[in-house]
Amino acid sequence: MGIEGEVLAGLKDRFGEPSFRSLAIVRDRVVKIVIDRKDLVAVCTFLKSKFDMAHLSSIAAVDWRDHFESVYHLTSWSRNFMVQINAWIPHDDPHIDSVVPLWNGANVHEREAYDLMGIIYDGHPNLTRILLPKDFEFFPLRKDFPQEVDRQYVSRRKIGGG
Amino acid sequence: MAEMWINMGPQHPMTHGLWNLRIKVDGETIVDAEPEIGYLHRGYEKIMEVREFQKNVVLTDRLCYVSSITWSHCYCLACEAAMDLDVPERGKYLRVVSNELQRIASHLMWLAAYGPDLGLLTALLWALRERELFLDLLQLITGARMNQNYPRIGGVRNDAPGDFEKYCAKVIGHFRKKLGEHEKVFEQSKLFQVRIDLRKLDPYDAYPEMDFQPAVEQEGDSYARYKVRVEEMKTSCDIILQALHKMPTGPYRVKPPRRIEGEGFRRTEDSRGEALFYVIGDGDDRPYRVKIRSPVFSNIAAAPLMMRGNKVADVVAIMGSIDVCVGEMDK
Repeated sequence: MGIEGEVLAGLKDRFGEPSFRSLAIVRDRVVKIVIDRKDLVAVCTFLKSKFDMAHLSSIAAVDWRDHFESVYHLTSWSRNFMVQINAWIPHDDPHIDSVVPLWNGANVHEREAYDLMGIIYDGHPNLTRILLPKDFEFFPLRKDFPQEVDRQYVSRRKIGGG
Repeated sequence: MAEMWINMGPQHPMTHGLWNLRIKVDGETIVDAEPEIGYLHRGYEKIMEVREFQKNVVLTDRLCYVSSITWSHCYCLACEAAMDLDVPERGKYLRVVSNELQRIASHLMWLAAYGPDLGLLTALLWALRERELFLDLLQLITGARMNQNYPRIGGVRNDAPGDFEKYCAKVIGHFRKKLGEHEKVFEQSKLFQVRIDLRKLDPYDAYPEMDFQPAVEQEGDSYARYKVRVEEMKTSCDIILQALHKMPTGPYRVKPPRRIEGEGFRRTEDSRGEALFYVIGDGDDRPYRVKIRSPVFSNIAAAPLMMRGNKVADVVAIMGSIDVCVGEMDK
């Protein structure tokens, strides 16, 4: 059993299969798991202590119209593998726990996700805008934030969807 | 003495771009620091959502104009991961060659900028003189000196000219001799801990076939970062010659599908650290979402840690050694 199978077995063993929306091996040494927001910190703590996931590469926020996802790319240098965690967040209540206590580097990534997508990371030490001006009123990466499209060719589907 | 905040930027020679480093000083000692970024935010992730997958390569080129090919390359890799697309062998080797040429050109640009930071104007002139040779090589293979628009989803845009290996060998032989002189200039004026090289750890393209040792320094100060970059330039020279020597013949590009249903991510060893692209397609010919992970954005967050306890006069040396590129930091 490779490291991917070991991680999946460890997660199933610790949390039970029903608490995951999906568990999959993406490719060699890359595992993807989809969870609900309430399990995020527990899963991250487990992965960090058990598999030495010392490095948080990035945090991406995705707007799926009916829900948000906060996507974490974690790396373990010593075991040399990656885990992608997609945490589901309801659209009408965009809150999720911060992982800054686990990885200090998450600080700017969470600020960026808040800035552009409007997801609020509870427990973040300084959740303010980082790229956009302080008085900016919108979250531009959300799908309901329209783009200027009249000067370029854009597929009909995208215009219809905003 | 009373503590006070000082703005180093947005217009300051130290910034190498447009951002603001606020430092809190007690006399001459730095108590705290706070980077203020976003002056160059162009909304890349949003712009890319209405352009076709292949056309976005033009945009990713401009993330960092000093290191265009490495960024477009990372984006192409992520799209290929989402498409499950295999690149022909020759395409992989051409990518390695262009990537490493770009890396040397980028590091030389950094050396040129870092020299005057420390009061060494010679380094500026010499490093830019050497960089010109590598820009010529890049022009030979891609047709442009900057913003080359060279990698493609599925390979590279065009093949290398027939006598490219000859020119590369000539330039690299010359450069190896000159690099010794550069080191002498820097080491006359004495001024991160473990480095992880993704080309070794998570190899992509033709890097598994290359024989090289990643540059590592244990200290983690500005001088160590300088030494790592110089060492990396030597490694890149070796890789280029190896890749050109081993390069197979055959096709260098395949036609990718227009649409992506699904997602993929890849990370690469960019000139400045770990770059990561995360691409999601919803079945349309445009990305649903693109996430750019910039190494400088992450490194600049460590500015307060690197600054505390140092003197104001050291700020320029410390921040210069990160090799800030505002284009990729602000996206």
